[in-house]
Amino acid sequence: MTIQPDKIISFSPTHRLQWEEAQQKNVILYPEGMVELNTSSAEILKLCDGTRTLDQLINELEQKFATTGLSNDINAFLEVALHNGWIRQN
Amino acid sequence: MAGFDKTNNTPPRWLLAELTYACPLQCPYCSNPLDYAKYPSELSTEDWMRVLTQARKMGAVQLGFSGGEPLTRKDLTELVRHARQLGYYSNLITSGYGLTEEKIVQLKEAGLDHIQVSIQASTQELNDHIAGTASYVHKKEVAHLVKKHGYPMVLCVVIHRENIHQMQDILEMAEELGADYLELANTQYYGWAHANRDLLLPTREQFEEAERIAQAYKEKVAGKMKIYYVVPDYYEDRPKACMNGWGTTFLTIAPDGVALPCHSARELPGLDCPNVKDLSIEEIWHDSKAFNFFRGQEWMKEPCRSCDEKHKDFGGCRCQAYLLTGDMYNTDPVCSKSPNHQVIDAAIASAAAVALAPNEKPLLFRNSKNSREFM
Repeated sequence: MTIQPDKIISFSPTHRLQWEEAQQKNVILYPEGMVELNTSSAEILKLCDGTRTLDQLINELEQKFATTGLSNDINAFLEVALHNGWIRQN
Repeated sequence: MAGFDKTNNTPPRWLLAELTYACPLQCPYCSNPLDYAKYPSELSTEDWMRVLTQARKMGAVQLGFSGGEPLTRKDLTELVRHARQLGYYSNLITSGYGLTEEKIVQLKEAGLDHIQVSIQASTQELNDHIAGTASYVHKKEVAHLVKKHGYPMVLCVVIHRENIHQMQDILEMAEELGADYLELANTQYYGWAHANRDLLLPTREQFEEAERIAQAYKEKVAGKMKIYYVVPDYYEDRPKACMNGWGTTFLTIAPDGVALPCHSARELPGLDCPNVKDLSIEEIWHDSKAFNFFRGQEWMKEPCRSCDEKHKDFGGCRCQAYLLTGDMYNTDPVCSKSPNHQVIDAAIASAAAVALAPNEKPLLFRNSKNSREFM
C-alpha cells in the first residue's frame, strides 16, 4: 500500500487516537486492542485529520520542528499506518 | 504472593464488566460459571459508575461490556455514556439478541465505540440449535445495522465439533456481512464447555483442516477483514500466556461485584476474591490476596520453575491446571513438559470415542435450570 500524493489523508473513523495520562503517551484504540505510539508517530497522526495531503503534512512537520529531510521517514510511517487501517485516503 | 512489592505492579489496562449472568441464549460452551444461578444479585448503576471511574483513574482504557447478555441491563446506555466521558474505548460484547436499530443509534450517541456480535454457525438450523434460541435471522440483521451506523463490526464465532466443518462458509458469511474483524474462537474448555467437552472437542485433523482454510482466507481478505484466530490449546505444545500474566493487565468484575484476575478465577479455591462493594479498585488490584496470588513466579512448581519459557507463558492457565489436575499450582497440563499431560491425551481420546459412538449424549445447555444442578 502506498500513499497517494494527490489525496487527502484522514484518520480512520473506526479507530481512536488519544492521550493516555496513566501511560504518558498517545495510543490508538480499536476493537479490543491498543497500540502505543512514540512522540513522532503521534505528531504525524495528529495531522491526518482530513485537511492535508502528504506534501502538506510533511511541510507542516518540517516547519514545526525547524528541520528538513523528514519526507522518507514520514512516508514510510504513513504506509505502515495505511496498512494497519489507522488512516485512509479518498 | 506475600512480599510482592506493589510498586512493581503494572496497572490494569483491560476492564471486563460482566454486567449480568442473565442471557436469552443457552450456548453449551458459555464461559460463565456452571453454578452462575448461585449469584443472582447484580451491582447497582452507582456501583458500576464508581468501578468505571476508579479503574479508569488507574489506567484501564479498554472496557468490555459483557455478561450474560449486557443488553438486558436497563442502564447500559447510561454506563456507556459515563465510560465515554472517562475516555474508555468501549466494546459491547453481545449476542445481538433484542438489539434494535433504535438502541444501536442510542448507544452510538452515548459514545459506544464497537459492537461485537456473536454468531453460532453459518446456517440458521445449526445457529439456532447451538444458541438454544431462534436468533440467526435477527443476528444477521444486527450485523448489517452495526455496519450501517458506522461501528467497526466484529463477528465472533466460537468453533467446536458441531460447526468446525463450516469454516469456509463462516469465513464467506463474515466477508459478506462486511465484518471488519472476524474472531474465530476455538472453544476454551472451562465451565459449560468443559461439561460438554466430549461433544465439542474436534479431532486434531479437523483443527488442522479448519486452520488451513482460515489461514488461506486471511491472505485473501488482507487489508479488508482482519481475522483473529484463537488457538485450540489442547492441540498446542505450550500453554497460552493466560491473561498476559496474573494481575498484570486484566480485571474482570462479575455481575455480583466480585473482582477476578480472570473470568474463570472464581472457580479456584481459597482466593477469597474481593468485592467492589467493600473495597476500591486500587485496593483490590494492589493489596488483595486474590490479585497477588499468582503474581510473579514465586508460586511456580517444576517443571515451570526451572523452565526457560516461563517468562513467555507464565506457566499457562491456573484455572485449567486446577480443572484438569486438581492442583492450581501445577503446570498447565496442555504443556508437553507437564507430568500431567496425559489428561489432555485422555480428553482427546474420550471425545473421539464419543464422536464415534452410535448414541450421542445430548448437549448440556446453559440455562438457569441446568445451572441449579451445580449449586
